[in-house]
Amino acid sequence: MTETTDTQTEEIPDHLVAHFTSRIGHNSADLIEGETGPWEVIIGLEVHAQVMSDSKLFSGAPTGFGGDPNTHVSLVDAAMPGMLPVLNDMAIRQAVRTGLGLEAQINLRSVFDRKNYFYPDLPQGYQISQFSDPIVGEGRVTVDMEEGESFEVGVVRIHLEQDAGKSIHDRIPNQTCIDLNRSGVALMEIVSKPDIRSGAEAAAYFAKLRSILRYLGTCDGNMQEGSLRADVNVSVRRPGEELGTRCEIKNVNSIRFVREAVDYEARRQIEILEEGGEIDQETRLFDPDRGETRSMRSKEEAHDYRYFPDPDLLPVVIDQAYVDEIKASLPELPDIKAARFVRDFGLSEYDAGVLVAERETAEFYEAVVDADGASRDPKIAANWITGDFFRRLNADDLEIADSPVSGAQLGGLIDLIADGTISGKIAKDVFDEMFDSGKDAGAIVEEKGLKQISDSGEISAIIDQIIADNPEQADQYRQGNTKVAGWFTGQAMKATQGKANPQMVNELLQEKLGG
Amino acid sequence: MAALTDLTIAQAGAGLDKGEFTARELTDAYLTAMEAARSLNAYIEETPERAQTMADASDARRAAGNAAGALDGIPLAIKDLFCTEGALSTAGSHILDGFRPTYESTVTQNLWDSGAVMLGKVNMDEFAMGSANITSHYGPTLNPWKASSGDNAGKDLVPGGSSGGSAAAVAARIAAGATGTDTGGSIRQPGAFCGIVGLKPTYGRCSRWGVIAFASSLDQAGPLARTVEDSALMLEAMASFDPKDSTSVDLPVPSYAAALTGDIRGLRVGVPAEYRMDGTPPEIEALWQKGVDWLRDAGAEIVDISLPHTKYALPAYYIVAPAEASSNLARYDGMRFGLRVDGEDLTETYERTRAEGFGHEVKRRVMIGTYVLSAGYYDAYYLKAQRVRTRIADDFRAAWDSCDVVLTPTTPSSAFTLGEKQDDPIAMYLNDIFTVPASMAGLPAISVPAGLSDVGLPLGLHLIAPAFGEETLLRAAGVLESAAGFTAQP
Repeated sequence: MTETTDTQTEEIPDHLVAHFTSRIGHNSADLIEGETGPWEVIIGLEVHAQVMSDSKLFSGAPTGFGGDPNTHVSLVDAAMPGMLPVLNDMAIRQAVRTGLGLEAQINLRSVFDRKNYFYPDLPQGYQISQFSDPIVGEGRVTVDMEEGESFEVGVVRIHLEQDAGKSIHDRIPNQTCIDLNRSGVALMEIVSKPDIRSGAEAAAYFAKLRSILRYLGTCDGNMQEGSLRADVNVSVRRPGEELGTRCEIKNVNSIRFVREAVDYEARRQIEILEEGGEIDQETRLFDPDRGETRSMRSKEEAHDYRYFPDPDLLPVVIDQAYVDEIKASLPELPDIKAARFVRDFGLSEYDAGVLVAERETAEFYEAVVDADGASRDPKIAANWITGDFFRRLNADDLEIADSPVSGAQLGGLIDLIADGTISGKIAKDVFDEMFDSGKDAGAIVEEKGLKQISDSGEISAIIDQIIADNPEQADQYRQGNTKVAGWFTGQAMKATQGKANPQMVNELLQEKLGG
Repeated sequence: MAALTDLTIAQAGAGLDKGEFTARELTDAYLTAMEAARSLNAYIEETPERAQTMADASDARRAAGNAAGALDGIPLAIKDLFCTEGALSTAGSHILDGFRPTYESTVTQNLWDSGAVMLGKVNMDEFAMGSANITSHYGPTLNPWKASSGDNAGKDLVPGGSSGGSAAAVAARIAAGATGTDTGGSIRQPGAFCGIVGLKPTYGRCSRWGVIAFASSLDQAGPLARTVEDSALMLEAMASFDPKDSTSVDLPVPSYAAALTGDIRGLRVGVPAEYRMDGTPPEIEALWQKGVDWLRDAGAEIVDISLPHTKYALPAYYIVAPAEASSNLARYDGMRFGLRVDGEDLTETYERTRAEGFGHEVKRRVMIGTYVLSAGYYDAYYLKAQRVRTRIADDFRAAWDSCDVVLTPTTPSSAFTLGEKQDDPIAMYLNDIFTVPASMAGLPAISVPAGLSDVGLPLGLHLIAPAFGEETLLRAAGVLESAAGFTAQP
């Protein structure tokens, strides 16, 4: 991307926002030790999530990513004279769905306002947004940290607004090109309370929010395409003291960058304060190449956006039945799903958390356990997914959706282990073969003759032969060096190309050597 | 037989149906008259070829027995605020230089679908901001009327505004009817000044799609025509529910002409005390009283009513309308269409484009609107004005308990001379004093020519009805028209 889109989002005025954090006390591990003592970092995020919808917020133009510049633009998006916005009902539905997913209050009456400012990528000269009466009110997100701890982030509000177009400054020297494909695309702005206390927490919140949105199907969460981005508000204070002056870091578009931006910004502010300086309230940009934030514009340059209700649009009035209908259609969300995996499948909280983090992973896991009415060991299924399956996806740089092995196929492989057809060790090779060829486990086992040897007579004969061929090692064992048993097992597996049932091999070896 | 251009729309329609003349002959008569009357500067762009093509198509339809209705073959003038495909659409502004839309406004499309013929685009105050048609980039339109006596005898007079070109064209017989738009009186006031009928329908009755916006919550398209019947015929074609305009109302369009029964027996006509304002000329008061008498004589019941917040309507209007305008006009930035005056950087390009592209009155209102929406002033101005607006609507709602229509004068004076009040915006704004309250309440209202002033200039009477009460409004207006018997011509 040549230039990020500046949606010029301004913070919501104090009187409209419960700016007070709902998080009491602090975790000493999160404090930053400065030259002059510890500092607490206070973070709030304004996340812009592109609404999954075929058309824009107020026009019928398509929303698909890509496309030649200015090909996804209607007369409304280009703000031609006399054109009028018409609300896309789908955007309302998606915002309500998101609100319900964040356990938020749904406002049955909301209003679209105009936010006035001039910029070439804003053809109307105003952005249609929601100011004093957003569609969604207060909600919350529970965020799990790796150490098994969790904390709650309050959501202040979610409002709908139009995205701006894109200014491209580097295509023609001394000129700026405007691409209006994004102009008018529906965004949800999800505003958190300042309940976040570290870069790691901010990243975890952002990731959790993304996960929930993807479960809900209200935002695809694609950060490379700009579908999800965060404005990060950072300030520092001495523990327990008044909030400090904050800076807003605009348009951060990856989970890692959120953490890096917060960590850098907190350090920067602490350094200034410890040297006796003051923090300027300003808008900053994060430069991922340098890992630092830099000033974009100061508060003095802030616009007076002159918000007022858009007279082209009526207030949005929905009824409780509509909300209830959407509520009934919500999928099982990650927190609930993880709890179920722990309760019903006996998974560890950690494994459950890993499996539910992405909707696709959870669906894949459930397919492995349940596909075709099977009821496979859920722990073994979990181990396969978090182990070999993730290893191959990473190695091949694939998303789960592109996996050549389906959940049902992986389930089939697990069945072959369970019924003793193949050993766990052979299964790993079979899995790689499945991943390469896309074939079923059974077919591969059949083709390559990998079926496990579980005939005790056959194994017995092989072991007898090995003992006869290696009297020295047999003697060592008998003299008490039981470690050599492993060597015998290896020989037996080698003789059968790994197909011998390892448990039977061990039992027979003990019997024969010990006897 | 009278000249073809003297026929009303209803008469012309009847003549066409009887085959007395063709639509092409009617159109050509208008085109000839337009050429002869160019000194009025009513048209910004004449579209004779298009008019002839449309007229020929109309004749073909009629010959095939497929005439679309009362407007088929009727030549109309279109206010330049309506976007018309391929035809200049400038809102009377320099900033829309050369703008020819690729799309057609819903209202004009409805007219063409009814078979009407477009003669051209008519002059107007820039972005519909004005009451004299003197703020147009294309120069003032002149009122075809001249005072017969007094200080201003023979002098050039304004046609009113903002639909001044529309009113002048219809009065001067260079259009059979015209579209206008009314935000605070922009159809009714020029209608009164030019001695024709001007009808502002209920807000939401005609689609605003494709009409260049001035103040979105007030703008409403309507007809200017020579008779109440013609106004009814035009409105019937113009009105529609339009999904492309969220403020358009989904109600069926009745046959307005059928509502003109001439029978208003038992109709309760409200006369609001607050419209008797100090300094209203006696001739206006006298005409108002005549109107009361005419309606009473026709069987109506006259009721004294009170609309207590009337005096706040004008000041509140001059906050709400400029506020919306300041935002609506932000899109004229020189980036995508119309005028662009390059500067050293982006800000300077904006400044130069808008400084050169907008006239004084537009700039004044953009400044007022920007001011009243600014942080720290919003509550005191915009919010308060919106509250006043609610009170004004409440006043009318209460009045409808005791009356069915309200009768007032249209304007506090007859047409004034070109240049008069030009440097005094407040005096200019006072032209809208009787028309603004109905606009603020979104109600339908009509001006009917009812008499001549002492110096021989037309004066109008003004009726207001409840929302979507156009049929009652037109019925009462028809009776007023008959009683007044206004036959004078410029």
